[in-house]
Amino acid sequence: MNGAASRGARADGAAAKAKGRALTEGQRAERRLGLWLCAPAAIVMVVVTGWPIAYSVLLSLQRYDLRFPEDKAWIGLSNYATVLTSEVWWTAFWVTLLITVVSVAIELVLGMLLAFAMYRAIVGRGLIRTVVLIPYGIVTVAAAYGWKYAWTPGTGWLAGLLPEGSAPLTERGPAIAIIILAEVWKTTPFMALLLMAGMAVVPEELLRAASVDGASLWQRFTRVTLPLMKPAILVALLFRTLDAFRIFDNIYVLTNGSQGTGSVSISAYHNLIGGLNLGIGSTMSVLILVTVAIIAVIFILGFGTAAPGSER
Amino acid sequence: MAEIVLDHVTKRYADGTVAVDDFDVRIADQEFVILVGPSGCGKSTTLNMIAGLEDITEGELRVDGRRMNERAPRDRDMAMVFQSYALYPHMTVRENIAFPLKLAKMGKAEIGERVERAAGLLDLAPYLDRKPAALSGGQRQRVAMGRAIVRDPKAFLMDEPLSNLDAKLRVQMRTSISRLQKSLGTTTVYVTHDQTEAMTLGDRIVIMRAGLIQQIGPPQELYDHPRNLFVAGFIGSPSMNVLPARLEEGLLRTPIGDIPLRGRLRRAADGPDVPRDVIAGIRPESFEDASLMHDAEEGGTFTGTVDLLESMGPEKLAYFTLDTGAVRSEHLAEAGGEEAGEGCQLVAQLDPKSGARRGEAVRLWYDTQAVHLFHPETGENLTER
Amino acid sequence: MEAGRRSVSGWTVANVVVVLYAMVPVLWIASLSFKDPSTFSDGSFIPRKWTLGNYAGIFTNADFVRGLVNSIGIGLISTFVAIVFGTMAAYAVARLAFPGKRLLIGVSLLIAMFPQISLVSPLFQIERALGLFNTWAGLILPYITFALPLTIYTLSAFFREIPWELEKAAKMDGATPFQAFWQVIVPLAAPGMVTTAILAFIFCWNDFLFAISLTSSDAARTAPATISFFTGSTQFEDPTGSISAAAVVITIPIVIFVLFFQRRIVAGLTSGAVKG
Repeated sequence: MNGAASRGARADGAAAKAKGRALTEGQRAERRLGLWLCAPAAIVMVVVTGWPIAYSVLLSLQRYDLRFPEDKAWIGLSNYATVLTSEVWWTAFWVTLLITVVSVAIELVLGMLLAFAMYRAIVGRGLIRTVVLIPYGIVTVAAAYGWKYAWTPGTGWLAGLLPEGSAPLTERGPAIAIIILAEVWKTTPFMALLLMAGMAVVPEELLRAASVDGASLWQRFTRVTLPLMKPAILVALLFRTLDAFRIFDNIYVLTNGSQGTGSVSISAYHNLIGGLNLGIGSTMSVLILVTVAIIAVIFILGFGTAAPGSER
Repeated sequence: MAEIVLDHVTKRYADGTVAVDDFDVRIADQEFVILVGPSGCGKSTTLNMIAGLEDITEGELRVDGRRMNERAPRDRDMAMVFQSYALYPHMTVRENIAFPLKLAKMGKAEIGERVERAAGLLDLAPYLDRKPAALSGGQRQRVAMGRAIVRDPKAFLMDEPLSNLDAKLRVQMRTSISRLQKSLGTTTVYVTHDQTEAMTLGDRIVIMRAGLIQQIGPPQELYDHPRNLFVAGFIGSPSMNVLPARLEEGLLRTPIGDIPLRGRLRRAADGPDVPRDVIAGIRPESFEDASLMHDAEEGGTFTGTVDLLESMGPEKLAYFTLDTGAVRSEHLAEAGGEEAGEGCQLVAQLDPKSGARRGEAVRLWYDTQAVHLFHPETGENLTER
Repeated sequence: MEAGRRSVSGWTVANVVVVLYAMVPVLWIASLSFKDPSTFSDGSFIPRKWTLGNYAGIFTNADFVRGLVNSIGIGLISTFVAIVFGTMAAYAVARLAFPGKRLLIGVSLLIAMFPQISLVSPLFQIERALGLFNTWAGLILPYITFALPLTIYTLSAFFREIPWELEKAAKMDGATPFQAFWQVIVPLAAPGMVTTAILAFIFCWNDFLFAISLTSSDAARTAPATISFFTGSTQFEDPTGSISAAAVVITIPIVIFVLFFQRRIVAGLTSGAVKG
């Protein structure tokens, strides 16, 4: 009698039976508990985002200006046409994209250096790790005011370093550069923390083996550490890119979007809260949401970023 | 009083995999039963089913005649010792041991008394106010045991409790567990993958493989009369020697000589469905240096060159490489041990007075009545039918 | 690697660079806050004339004080609710098997990546319709929603660290699921919950967009928003001093948190963000 064969046959029969079977009491209890525990969080998240988004889409299909409420009407996709053909929108879009790409790129490089320092410092590791959290913890607008005053001619110490008479915040190019500086200053530590976590995963032994095999510090970094950090880097990039695209606080304080330095969020804000134009404001909101989704999809499908926490 | 009966218990997962297949055992009150086998054989799953940590798919679990399948672990009055000890890190030793009593809403005085008693039995008195992180592995193991015995439960369930200890400590703890169980008289079901632990601790051993029971019996019985090749290869260290052999005209032809078919060997060879090519098994202890054998007992002889000699103290182990190819069998592979090399290896356990030396030839005697014959495919022990 | 003299001095230099990087902007705004208003246009880093007048000014400014109260109250309530809901969900995600688990994780990730402006538009209208506009609840709801993904994520990572066997042991010792949770799991998860609470509070404290969009008066306006509305102690005065002083005041509590809980925060952010 061949034990293996009969066991296999029995397992097949069992599988067929199991499909139609109900779950055991223990499993059912576990499921119930799981759903109950998640319910409050799930409900809050879905209600507070789901319903407003749906409503937002509805608003975007209407002409609805709170200053002229009698003019409210359904106009289909004309708001979209208006926005997508508007120069203001596209200026804001490209500015946002520019700020996003440049700041994330700088943050990646600086963040990597900072992560390295936090991870491997022989002297003052605790100091660095503590001090570096301050930009992260400080309220964005508080820091933004700091930058604003620093660059304001007369008041600011940084402005004083520039040639006489220049007011960088009033000129487009320099203003954007300052915005990028403010963004980078604030969020590099967060990027560094994410990258440091990724670095910690690289086994020490691999680096030692590479060192024995004759690799220099740079080679060890590029050939061993970086490739193994790839998933962490992609996750960090994904989060930061999406985050950077929604930039608002720094721009509001520094320039409030004047001179064509506004981001898409600033434009939407101006239309919505400033201009009380719910129709256009909502349209912009929806477009921003769609863009963010596209970026996320590009990252996940294109670069194969694994969403953190997804069961492998 | 706790008699545990597993009545055709089966564990099947939602995807169809069968972890435990038709497990049918009656454990007597106060008995120390060991579940042993390679990883994945279902021993821990069986233990978890007895504990109530896993559901029973088919069959019935009865304790003292009462059905337990639906009862939660807390209602079964059993205590469990985990491989990782599972001590509550934020509680002191005293609080850890007292925890089950606190949950049972016992009075403070009685809790205190029971904890002291358990601590005394296990030599934990000086550590009562420490936290687990401040204890050594052996001390933690004893705290885990303390937590189990303090409840005076119907049964102890132990899941590889000694696996995380170093070798010497394991031997020490083995004897203390054995003594403790005998003095407390509590039914115990003990899971291990280590056949030495199984042999030394159990009243009876249940040896499992891929969810199925291979054999149940007292240690000596499994050792002397293994029912199949898996059991023969699993029990005993160093493992039983396995040689390819052939049944021909009243003889068993093996690489170490032709053995006449007499007595039990003959009965095996004459049995139904016995193929010509078989596997012969003979334990290292069945060999002896022929020069030390004064009365030539009935047996065979074989001369070989010693590849390697290990002087263990009370015995010498001589390793030989035979001319034939090694026996390859999935039963042996699962029984553990290294992947068989090219040549067939033979290990003989010799008296320390033997003059065998590495690289030299030596003539060995072996007990032909201690030879087992196994079916090459099914692994069944033909001499134990 | 031997800590030769060269590498020690190299790291010291690196330390100094990092400290300067992090502290200079903070020191600058602190310095501004101590500057006498008459010296605002002198452009120097260190005040030439020191004064505490700016601080006196903002603390007598009812709007600002109210803003602080709002920030603290709304922050604490949002954090509390987010932690309670988040802990329950994180436990379920880390320990239990139930349908829709992946969906929940996916949805919370989505929300974490959400552009807040997209929520401001409809909430502005909805909250006015529901009478939630310019109320504490009006801010608490979006704060909880945005803090939840962070809480669930960080806490489930902490929960995964707790050995599963402890729960089994508690079951065997006779505990009901609730007793096991309360007496064994919660004490072990407490440090993680503290860390997550801090991270959540920092998020709420820091928010600006919702605060300026969904409030119209000091009834619910939080401190960062209040600052942006400052016009100085009198309408003739340059608000620079007040704004700087206010900025320092709202930064201090966070800096203190960060200094005390640095290890915890780093552990929380790194364990939550990237799974090894």
